[in-house]
Amino acid sequence: MNRFLLPLGAFVLLAVVLAIGIRHSPEKGTIASPLIGKAAPQFALPVLTDPKRQLSSADLKGRWYVFNVWGTWCVACRDEHEALLQIQRLAEVPVIGLDWKDEDSLALRWLSELGNPYEVVAVDHDGRTAIDWGVYGAPETFLVNPEGIVVYKYVGPLSVQEWQTRFVPLLPPRRAARS
Amino acid sequence: MLPELGHFALILAMLLAALQAFFGIAGPALGRDRWASTVTAAVAGQFVMTVTAVGCLIASFVSNDFSVAYVAENSNSALPLFYRVTALWGAHEGSLLLWILLLSCWTVAVTFGTARLPQRFAARVLGVLGLVSVGFLLFTLATSDPFLRLDPPAPDGRDLNPILQDPALAIHPPILYTGYVGFAVAFAFACAAMLEGRMDQNWARWTRPWTTAAWSFLSVGIALGSWWAYYELGWGGYWFWDPVENASFMPWLAGTALIHSLAVTEKRGLFKSWTLLLAIVAFSLSLLGTFLVRSGVLVSVHSFAADPSRGIFILSFLIVMIGGALGLYAWRAPLLKSQAGFELAARESFLLFNNILLVIAATTVLGGTLAPLVADALHLGALSVGTPYFNPTFMLSMLPLLALLSFGIHAKWKRGKLGERSRTLLMTFIAAVICAIVLVYGIYSHGKVMTPVAAALGIWIVLSSLIEPIDRIRRGISLSRAVLGMTVAHIGLGLFVISVTAVESFTLERDVAMGLGERTAVGNYEFRFDSLKQIEGPNYSGLEATVAVTRHGAPAAIMYPQKRQYWVQRSSTTEAAIQMQHGSNVFIALGDDLGGGKWSLRFQIRPLVNFIWLGAFIMAVGGGIAVTDRRYRLGRQPVAAPAAGVAPERAG
Repeated sequence: MNRFLLPLGAFVLLAVVLAIGIRHSPEKGTIASPLIGKAAPQFALPVLTDPKRQLSSADLKGRWYVFNVWGTWCVACRDEHEALLQIQRLAEVPVIGLDWKDEDSLALRWLSELGNPYEVVAVDHDGRTAIDWGVYGAPETFLVNPEGIVVYKYVGPLSVQEWQTRFVPLLPPRRAARS
Repeated sequence: MLPELGHFALILAMLLAALQAFFGIAGPALGRDRWASTVTAAVAGQFVMTVTAVGCLIASFVSNDFSVAYVAENSNSALPLFYRVTALWGAHEGSLLLWILLLSCWTVAVTFGTARLPQRFAARVLGVLGLVSVGFLLFTLATSDPFLRLDPPAPDGRDLNPILQDPALAIHPPILYTGYVGFAVAFAFACAAMLEGRMDQNWARWTRPWTTAAWSFLSVGIALGSWWAYYELGWGGYWFWDPVENASFMPWLAGTALIHSLAVTEKRGLFKSWTLLLAIVAFSLSLLGTFLVRSGVLVSVHSFAADPSRGIFILSFLIVMIGGALGLYAWRAPLLKSQAGFELAARESFLLFNNILLVIAATTVLGGTLAPLVADALHLGALSVGTPYFNPTFMLSMLPLLALLSFGIHAKWKRGKLGERSRTLLMTFIAAVICAIVLVYGIYSHGKVMTPVAAALGIWIVLSSLIEPIDRIRRGISLSRAVLGMTVAHIGLGLFVISVTAVESFTLERDVAMGLGERTAVGNYEFRFDSLKQIEGPNYSGLEATVAVTRHGAPAAIMYPQKRQYWVQRSSTTEAAIQMQHGSNVFIALGDDLGGGKWSLRFQIRPLVNFIWLGAFIMAVGGGIAVTDRRYRLGRQPVAAPAAGVAPERAG
């Protein structure tokens, strides 16, 4: 064989590896969280609609929930909002909001103008809880099971399609069937 | 309006680059020599359009136009003006635009530089560069348009990633990219030679300055990145074998090999096909680096933007460019024969070893970088390759390289005798060993197994590099820029090796939880945590600690490590306090609040660490000096080594 063909052969091999790498990469980006499989971080925060009330992680135990981190300052959260409303209408799982480093008045206006997909919104003024959850940037969405274990993490604006393909398969089947 | 103008300019730039590629490659192939003037015009037009596009984006940043998505993502009205400009390359889209701008600048320089070269050859070089431009412009326009608008406009931007808000990192990408992109020139010269089916010593002489210049930029770029990681990331390390670092280091290794193999091709007309292959490989590794960083295939701390659809585009581009070049190589390289032979101990042999070892080093780095990917592809599970792999395997090829270097610079071309130099060489070796032993066991009184070996090699390189210039000065023979540049670069390498050895062997480090007023001793130093206060910057707030440092009980310094919290991105950065003390860097980083009035603090004493970057800068300066050698200058047509009899050229 022509030895000058060897570099080309090596490159073809490399290209195959890279092509496989690309095929695998989408999943990598979305589940790269050390929290997955671990207990959801504990918190106790005031509720947006009634700041005298507190929502703690213990209140959420015993059922599936979606934990969505957002803020009115976040452009991508506005994109995501419509999808969250639709997901709420599907009623497979309650959506709990974490209003991250935001002003209460702005957040309340946002929810009254755009609609409220959240069962309850906890307010994280100083961002401590978001740090505990390892939030890098809003929006981020977590799925937590009744044992309080984080099952999935999605980074970036969620769409209904992504919800159907990524979250729904992780839920117990009877829930998905409930209308 | 400006963003639309910029977008339009970018489209025009792509069309002009396509013309440049077509006329440059097809013209000489079809024998239409008149097409060559069109190529030059296309180069000029493409440059003007690219500058316009970049100017439009910078204007959008400066005027805080948050209706442009890229500006809204990477800037903020509170961001200082300097960073609003450098935010241009703060993320993926702008980085690509910078790539294109730099490629355009190189192309203009090549147009001037090749004006005196044979017309067909010059046209082909520009044609290949045009092809590279088309690829990058198409990539930008199709997958990464920096001019996309937001509707409605964002009220304010999300701010530049805080860790990029730093002077060294602001200039790190342009310099690094200048190096990366510069290898496109060597690549274009190689492709042009293969298209011609002819390659001689003149070709090597034309290619050398471009390669050396690109290599120098790349050296400075990597050093700046490493320096930044040292003081900004808060870990106090200078190299992490991170995939993105490796991505810049692999082309550097291949480029270093190319510089040396070009020397052989120019002086002796040997290693022709090997040199061509290295020119292709150096640029391919630059492209591969772009692919790895931008496609999200490898997860890295540096991957600020990653997107699989972009990965598919870059991979296709990679296949067209590299696959095409390697196909051309398989077809044309067999035509290039070298007749001359050389003896085992001749300079050619040492440069061959240099090349083999550098290529092995680049391959081990490539293997380690891609191993997680291969493991994933073959379903072998997640694999993490880090320092425990890279350090020993890299050393394995580097130690022999360093050991052979001193012989190589003193060996003669063709003939295998060191002659009168062997005595001098032996003396410098003995001196280096003594110095190393004194340094390691006399001053530091301990060390690892490799410490004296590596130290001796570093010192030997510095000493033996000095033999030639000192000899020439004593004999009153002028020192050519090429020899001077080589000497300076090798001294830089020697210093680099010495300092890496010292840092790896003698660093002292402690992480402690401290309350106000408490003391910690590290080596000869004692640190007292005096106070903590709030600070306010233009777009961040933070904390600043005051730490009093004493050395052997005498006050040495007061240092102020900071921790900043950037408002918009809500991320914090560590601004370590660093001071040079008696040749060592004293490094203090302020960590987290541990509660109960305790704070975590990291103290490091790193001897000679500044010489790591200084060494790299000196290497680059050496490259810069060599580029200005007289024989590369414009208008100097090849004259068969006029001074050969008087002062044998030893530039290598």
